[in-house]
Amino acid sequence: MINRLRRIGLWGRGAVLAVPFLWLLLFFLVPFLIVFGISLSESVIAQPPYAPLVQWLVDEDAGTTKLQLLLNLSNYLRLGGDDLYVLAYLNSVKIALITTVFCLLIGYPMAYAIARAEPAKRGPLMMLVVLPFWTSFLIRIYAWIGILKANGVIDNLLRWTGLTTEPFELLYSDWAVYIGMTYCYLPFMVLPLYATLEKMDPTLLEAAADLGCRPWKAFLTVTLPLSLPGIIAGSLLVFIPSVGEFVTPELLGGPDTLMIGRVLWNEFFANRDWPVASAVAIALLLFLVVPIMIFQHVQGREAEAGR
Amino acid sequence: MKRMGFLSWALWFGYAFLYVPIVLLIVYSFNESRLVTVWGGFSTKWYAELLHNDQLLSAAWLSLEVAAMSATVAVVLGTIAGLALARFGRFRGRTLFGGMITAPLVMPDVITGLSLLLLFVALEQLIGWPDGRGVTTITIAHTTFTMAYVAVIIQSRLVSLDESLEEAAMDLGARPAKVFFVITLPIIAPAIVSGWLLAFTLSLDDVVVASFVSGPGSTTLPMVIFSSVKFGISPQINALATLMVTVVSVGIFIASLIINRQERQKQRDEQMAVQGG
Repeated sequence: MINRLRRIGLWGRGAVLAVPFLWLLLFFLVPFLIVFGISLSESVIAQPPYAPLVQWLVDEDAGTTKLQLLLNLSNYLRLGGDDLYVLAYLNSVKIALITTVFCLLIGYPMAYAIARAEPAKRGPLMMLVVLPFWTSFLIRIYAWIGILKANGVIDNLLRWTGLTTEPFELLYSDWAVYIGMTYCYLPFMVLPLYATLEKMDPTLLEAAADLGCRPWKAFLTVTLPLSLPGIIAGSLLVFIPSVGEFVTPELLGGPDTLMIGRVLWNEFFANRDWPVASAVAIALLLFLVVPIMIFQHVQGREAEAGR
Repeated sequence: MKRMGFLSWALWFGYAFLYVPIVLLIVYSFNESRLVTVWGGFSTKWYAELLHNDQLLSAAWLSLEVAAMSATVAVVLGTIAGLALARFGRFRGRTLFGGMITAPLVMPDVITGLSLLLLFVALEQLIGWPDGRGVTTITIAHTTFTMAYVAVIIQSRLVSLDESLEEAAMDLGARPAKVFFVITLPIIAPAIVSGWLLAFTLSLDDVVVASFVSGPGSTTLPMVIFSSVKFGISPQINALATLMVTVVSVGIFIASLIINRQERQKQRDEQMAVQGG
């Protein structure tokens, strides 16, 4: 009886689980396989604009039909051979790294200060960090256009104080992209940092101080190593999506701010070259596989630790 | 004391960095002048113009519709997924499942958008569905990446929750489904509400994925904003932004008040129970 109930329970569990599982298989995993397939296809002027990978060849004379599989590596060769793509990948990594460092430099002291605040204040202070994240990403990027453009807020401020007389424009430059991306991704850095710093036992620092350790040394030898999981999780949460960022460089960056997300977008929408766009996506994905796996490892351990 | 000084400075700098741009955006939405950053006197005319911008209003309705539908589906799927990850122990395919839950959190939008579009095109060739692209495809796409956020929220709530209540109910003979609806669901209700809100905002916010999977006649609000921002700034967008920021802030504020009160009530109940027993 109990066994039967157990079996029904397991069966029910499986049936319940199957719904999200199949959804993710169909709408998350299978699409990648299709992207990979199309990246090996040839671009043609048709609807949809790629040649099918598998074709039936009918030989009238011999009366046979053959299944033909056409694999075409030229899209990948083009990625490796053209400086544009290589430069775009390198530049994306550079911009993502700089964004991550900026987020860390601004986010760490914030997270630390909030974690050291009175317990009653921590919740509201954290909410103030997260609140901008709830308002539209586009709107937040848009806000910076008015600040950074020539005749914008910074420009007017500088001229008013007499620091410059020439128009000063930060917009449409790499710096604008760094500022915009740091601005948008900052909450992603503060959240995991705060989570690890808040759990830290403050008596450890007291012990260090009692033993004659200077505050900054205590910070470097006690706090910093203990907050390493938070640093890693936050950095990956900022770095991985930053590499493929499209909106910020498109709106704040100059025409020469080359990023791989923009290249993919242009290949797809402007050139209508779906196979090359797919190859760009696969190459980006291969590059991100290692950071994503580290992130999953950290995330999984975090979930286990909560038990 | 000097350390504390540096920390509060850092905190204030951080908050200023986060909020000054939003405040400026709101201030300039009341600017009479068409040149957004040159002050020409107080005016609410851009709000009036906004109300007559039919393209923008219909895009806003479409976005709200998509966001409400996708958030609702995402909450159902995400809750099951979070429950499975937190409570089902080891099951076959768990690593794959966990991977498919966490990967969308960090996946660049351009990859998600491109891959889903290619799936829809391939499916249409193969089985004739979806017939063209529009509201359905955008909703499916948004559900897929927002359910991951819901799953993570639900999972972390369940992991920090004591399993003994559920076990007790099970020992008293309640079927798993009953345990879920009578015990687990009420406890994780606040997490479900915040998951729904998060999924709703993420959907309302997305421009890249929607651009890939939308079709003619299904332009979402972020797509309209994006194309008009590309042609430069306009006071109408400031007015729209102000409205969105206000609605979101008020919504979040009320939601957090309710959740806070419930938490406090729960703590009080627990204390009473301990003292009484």
